[in-house]
This record gives sequence, C-alpha cells and structure tokens, in this order.
Amino acid sequence: MYSKKVMESFKHPHNMGEIKNADGIGKIGNPTCGDVMWIFIKIGKNKKGEEIIKDIKVKTFGCVAAIATSSMVTDLAKGKTIKEAKKITRQNIADALEGLPPIKMHCSNLAVDALHKAIEDYEKKNEK
Amino acid sequence: MKVYLDNGATTMVDKKVVDSMLPFYVDKFGNASSLHQFGVEAKEALDNARKIIANKINADPEEIVFTGSGSESDNLAIKGIAYSNKEKNHIITSKIEHPAVLETCKVLEKQGFEVTYLKVDKEGFIDLNELKNSITNKTCLVSIMHANNEIGTIQDLKKIKDICKEKNVYFHTDAVQSFTKVEIDVKKINVDLISFSSHKIHGPKGVGALYVKKGTEIKKLIHGGHQEFDLRAGTENIPGIVGFAEAVRLGNKEHVTSMAKLRDKLINGLLKIKDTQLNGATGNKRLCNNVNIIFRYIEGESLLLKLDMNEIAVSTGSACSSQDLRPSHVLTALGLRADVAHSSIRFTLSRFTTEKEIDYVLKVIPKLVEELRQFSPLK
Ligand SMILES: Cc1ncc(COP(=O)(O)O)c(C=O)c1O
Ligand code: FES
Repeated sequence: MYSKKVMESFKHPHNMGEIKNADGIGKIGNPTCGDVMWIFIKIGKNKKGEEIIKDIKVKTFGCVAAIATSSMVTDLAKGKTIKEAKKITRQNIADALEGLPPIKMHCSNLAVDALHKAIEDYEKKNEK
Repeated sequence: MKVYLDNGATTMVDKKVVDSMLPFYVDKFGNASSLHQFGVEAKEALDNARKIIANKINADPEEIVFTGSGSESDNLAIKGIAYSNKEKNHIITSKIEHPAVLETCKVLEKQGFEVTYLKVDKEGFIDLNELKNSITNKTCLVSIMHANNEIGTIQDLKKIKDICKEKNVYFHTDAVQSFTKVEIDVKKINVDLISFSSHKIHGPKGVGALYVKKGTEIKKLIHGGHQEFDLRAGTENIPGIVGFAEAVRLGNKEHVTSMAKLRDKLINGLLKIKDTQLNGATGNKRLCNNVNIIFRYIEGESLLLKLDMNEIAVSTGSACSSQDLRPSHVLTALGLRADVAHSSIRFTLSRFTTEKEIDYVLKVIPKLVEELRQFSPLK
C-alpha cells in the first residue's frame, strides 16, 4: 500500500532525534490514531542575513507513514528560510514521498503542523 | 529465514490436504445431488467429510452444515436464530467478538433487535454474573466466541452453556480460532451452534461449517436448492469440503502441546525486552498458538514492517494499517489506552512453526524495537 519512496524513508529516516537547546519545539498528536510527533529546530542566518532553519530533528511515535513524513518534512525544511518553511504544505510532503494512501494523508498533516508549531514557538519566544 | 507468524489470519494449506482435494476437480467432479455415478461419488465424499468433522466434536453428521466461510457460519447462526424467534428480540454477545459476529448484530439492531455487548476483564474473560443478569424473557440467543482471535483468551463454554440452559436460551459460539486446538465435545458442553472455518487449520479458504444441534429452530439465509439439510442452498464445494475434513483429521493433540511450548518460549523471550507486556491470559486459558505483546512507546505498524523487512510476518493489534485508524476494539475492551493498544503485535504460530524460527525472531526483534524507540517521543 505504500510507495517505494515512503518505504525508503521509513527504512532510513533522516534527522531523527532531538536538539538539546532547540530554539523552537512543536509537539503534535492525533487523538484518533494516537500518533505523536515532536519537531525541534535551531535557527541560524544565511548570507543575506535572513533567518533559516539551520538544524531540525524529529521524534515520532507512529505508523510507517508518520515516520516517513517526519523524515521528509525535515529534509524539506532544512536550510530553508523561515518564510519558505512556513509555506510547506502536506501536499508537498506527500508529493515528495510519491503519494500517500488517502487514509494516511493526515500523517503528513501531523508533520506540517509540528513544523509550523515549532516555528511559531520560536517566533513567540523571540517577540520583541 | 522466512518466518510466518500470522496463522491467526490464515494458514498454509497442508500438502496432504491438497492431495486429498485434487481428485475432486478433474476425475470426481460430480454434483452431489445428481443421481448418476458421478453424483454418487461426490455424495460419498461429502458424507465422509461430514462424518469426520462430526466425529471431531462428538456430534451426529446431520448436525454439520457446510458453509462458504467462518463468517457465513456466524451469520447463519445469529440471523438464523434471530429470524426464527418471532416473539423474542434480544441478543447477548461480547465486546471482543470477531466482526463477523459484531457486524451481524449491528445489522440486526437496525432491524429492531436489541443487543447487549458484555464487557470483559483485563484478560478478556466475560463476567458470568453480568451474562446471567442480562438474560431476559426476550432473549433468544447468546453468542460468545470460544477463543479470541487477537489475544487468544479461551472462554469457559461449559459455564456459559449452563447459564443459557437454566434460562432456556440458545447458545452460539464462534470456534473458528480454537477448532482442533481446544477440544470441543458437544455431548459434554451441549452448545447449540458452533462456527468453524477451514483456512485457519491448514485447509483451503472459502469453506466453513456450522454445527446446529438437533431440534434447533433456525432459518436459512441462502435460498435455492435443498442442500445441507435445507439450511444452505448451493452446489456443495466438494474439493474444499474434502480438504477441510482432511485438515481436521490431521490436527492432533501433540501439535497443541508443541505449539504451546513454542508459544511460551516466545512469550518469555519477548517479555525480557524492557517495557513489554502480554495481552490476554496465560497457560491453558490461552490459545496454544497466540502471542500478543505490547511494545511500549512504539507503534505496531512500524514494528510490523520492520519485521517484514527481516522476513518475519506478524500482524498488529492496532488497526492502523487497515482502513480504520482507531485502536482494536478487543484491546480497547481490555481497558488499554489508545497509544498502548496501538503498540501491540500479534504473533500466531502453527504446527509447522519450528524452534529455530522462534529463536530467529527472538534474536532479531530486540534490535528493531530499540531502533524505533530511539526516536519515540513517548516515555
Ligand atoms: C474468530 C473468528 N471468527 C470468524 C472468522 C472469519 O472466518 P472466515 O475468514 O472463514 O470468514 C475469523 C477469521 O478471520 C475469526 O478469527
Ligand atoms: S496513522 Fe495517524 S499518523 Fe499515521
């Protein structure tokens, strides 16, 4: 039922783990399936002086799709400016994974929501 | 090494079973209702198969009705009794039944029947007092499974039957998982209806049977010819039925003992892994081939697929991989929290499972569990 890409990401997920003194943390859970995802981000600056996601890590309790989307969202977000990262959608993740079964689309929601929440958390902490 | 530990879902057909079936496709292909030699040959095979299955449970051959599956047997038993009792409209079952029973009851509810779903304790046993108190003068049927397909808990049929007898209601049990693994003697326990399925015991798929005690008033569901004592129309699946009977003949007590030994080895080995827990009962109150373990902090589907990459086939207690995201109704009925229920894996052995295979599983699994736990946010 899963695409090759999903299985590949599941077998060798990227950026799994946590960042000790993260600048932002996003914690999300889905009450129906019980899956949980935590995303940690570290913010840096690019040459133009824009804020970017310098490092990102994720911890996941979930199905194969949840683990694959966790890995994919970190790949997509890493190195992006905050502005760009905010624009990542669940469709971007699903497409990068060569599709998800319809019932598993919410797993990619989980990933996007966790990322956006981590960015929000960072922005809140850094409000002037 | 390829290890198949999903025998609760279905089993390999025994080669001897296949051999017993083959003549009935090409040489002896007759219709058992025909009067000529081809028909007589088929009828003899059918009668013989019926006898073998009847003998296994100490019933009379006339009390065995062949069906197209375990699910059909459950449907025939429950709807068949419900529809033949005009004044009574109440059915009692449990929360941990197979969907073939639960969904049938739901359909009957929509048609105006009332259904009581008995709770179970943390090992999966129904409360006999609750059963007793739930029976009213409107109750026509009690349907409680013999052994549960997810957690292997074996109910005490005798005690349930005694209550039903005292209150004069029919008792049906789904023995699809327990058949040939737990002895059933209908002269001793006196159940009214019992469902069986062939593909769980190394027989072919798409064949089932229902034991219907003599004198039980039941309505047929499939109309047409008068086959199966006028309880199920349709030309009999002779090769399938012959194979089913051969599978029954081949199952014996030694298999049960050796499966139970390997089961306990697997359980004990898995429980050595940190933060694990067994679902269901132990010893002879548990099906000899069922192991259901909670691996805390990891989700069942991901462990299932990691095992699959290592050529080990199991199933999840969680329904996450199917079309339903909610945790299993059985594990929830045991009182497990959703995330814990989602962390369960079912291993089901067969008489072909070897000790080497169990050793291989026990060697591989701790590493996989550790890998998944490393990035789990729970704990
Ligand atoms: C307890 C139980 N009842 C009924 C069934 C249905 O049997 P079948 O697959 O033959 O319809 C199964 C198997 O899926 C089962 O485990
Ligand atoms: S099933 Fe819910 S996150 Fe995958």
